[in-house]
Amino acid sequence: MTHFELSDAELEQRFQQRIDDEQKIEPKDWMPAAYRKNLIRQISQHAHSEVIGMQPEGNWLSRAPTLQRKMILLAKVQDEGGHGLYLYSAAETLGASREEMVDALHEGRAKYASIFNYPTLTWADIGTIGWLVDGAAIVNQISLQRTSYGPYARAMVRICKEESFHQRQGYESLIALVNGSDEQKAMAQDALNRWWWPSLMMFGPHDADSAHSGQSMKWKIKRKSNDSLRQDFVDQTVPQADFLGLHIPDEELKWNEERGHYDFGEIDWEEFARVVNGDGMCNRDRVRHHKKAQDDGAWVRDALRAYEQKKRANAEKAA
Amino acid sequence: MNEAIKTEQSALLNFVLAEADDALILGQRLIEWCYSAPYLEEDLAISNVCLDYLGRANNFYEYASELDTRKRSADQLAMLRDSREFSNLLIHELPIGDFAFTMARQFVLDVFYVEYLAVLMDSTDDRIAGIAAKSAKECDYHLRRSREWILRLGDGTEESHTRLQNGLNELWGYIPELFMQSEAEKQLMAQGVCADRAALQPAWDACVNEVLEQATLTRPDVSWKVSGGREGIHTETHGYLLADMQFLQRAYPGQQW
Repeated sequence: MTHFELSDAELEQRFQQRIDDEQKIEPKDWMPAAYRKNLIRQISQHAHSEVIGMQPEGNWLSRAPTLQRKMILLAKVQDEGGHGLYLYSAAETLGASREEMVDALHEGRAKYASIFNYPTLTWADIGTIGWLVDGAAIVNQISLQRTSYGPYARAMVRICKEESFHQRQGYESLIALVNGSDEQKAMAQDALNRWWWPSLMMFGPHDADSAHSGQSMKWKIKRKSNDSLRQDFVDQTVPQADFLGLHIPDEELKWNEERGHYDFGEIDWEEFARVVNGDGMCNRDRVRHHKKAQDDGAWVRDALRAYEQKKRANAEKAA
Repeated sequence: MNEAIKTEQSALLNFVLAEADDALILGQRLIEWCYSAPYLEEDLAISNVCLDYLGRANNFYEYASELDTRKRSADQLAMLRDSREFSNLLIHELPIGDFAFTMARQFVLDVFYVEYLAVLMDSTDDRIAGIAAKSAKECDYHLRRSREWILRLGDGTEESHTRLQNGLNELWGYIPELFMQSEAEKQLMAQGVCADRAALQPAWDACVNEVLEQATLTRPDVSWKVSGGREGIHTETHGYLLADMQFLQRAYPGQQW
């Protein structure tokens, strides 16, 4: 049976049935326009986050304290770029071009993870980002391995493996700091103080305030709510902080026997909104840098196209 | 220890350190492209090349550390020597310039290192031979990549052609140093530890000339040349590169990271 014999309502019903049956949606399958749009928004935002995230971490590449740490960090930053590539490709299967997506980033129409608007001030920030930011990303991405859109789900499987590796490396570099001098310990604590709350903000607004959550859950683009993912992250991270002997900057944080979870304090949502909306330390720099690299490279991309054209023309002449 | 053996050992250390310095300093420069290249795929590709150089540096520093009578670790050798003690050849330390300059440098070095490492792989010193063999494989890939970029940029647009030609002109006077034998190398030549750099020039010329011609570029004919890296005489940018790279080890001495 071909699609045009069915009404939109029937198509949507069938589509939803496939989602409910846990079947993956593939690029050539029929899908509601809003599902496509929602996915392009989410996947491109995810891709931009990976790519913009290269900047705060890359900020310490030239200053990494040892040869090994330098190589590990470079490999990590390179992996993040690779994740950006898979994700752009996944979004392209929905008909979005990379150029359009990057333009949207430059024009402020597409967002990226707001945590990358905070500056990396010390070496401890690098380990802390690996531990907390990659840790938070993994909690979110593990649930996205079961997302309903096939190419996105498959990209997540691969990305999760690499992120777990990054998280362990970040944590391991913090172990070195907390076992080091008083100054190194203080550096690690200061980094945790600055990155803890922004990490919790990575999961987005409370479920009740989340603009895209309801429909995304129904379409199984999202598999777990913001608040439940945030709880998973806190539960897994508190014992890790204890092991490091670092203090999480939240006086309301305590184990709740009854719930079987940690209780924790309220996020400063005003700060969240402020940074998302452009008043973070690095918002302008991050986009400006990305745009500058793109603009500075325009002549290179032009040369590449011109060369390929000449090669094709020569091949045709020869044939 | 008798004086002759002592001198030979210190020549070996100097040689190994120079190899390490060359690789580290170029790697440190390439880092600057890691999220600033013309497009994302190129960020990743340059990072790959950079990782190879850092890995090569690390392998040579590890060996240097074993040879060092002062028992400095690989990291101490990389992070705690000052500019006058660094013996990298100048071409490795030059600022990255534009993408054309960077690719011009990669290309002339890749052509050199393919030839050079092929000889060094047969070093009578097993450690050096081993590191060279690993690096040689990486370098074949580097050259395939940089050669392709020379063709694309040289025979691309007028702008890319001009930029690349300018890059080559700016670079050219730093190239003769690649073919000069250091004091340490002169001492080690007889035992077959190192390569005869001057002997590599004809093969380098042939390869570079062929690619430049194919890319519609002109081999620079410049009257200037500069050297001094092996004796620790560097460009003024070198100190800033070290200040940046060595910051943590200098600011927090003696710590583990």
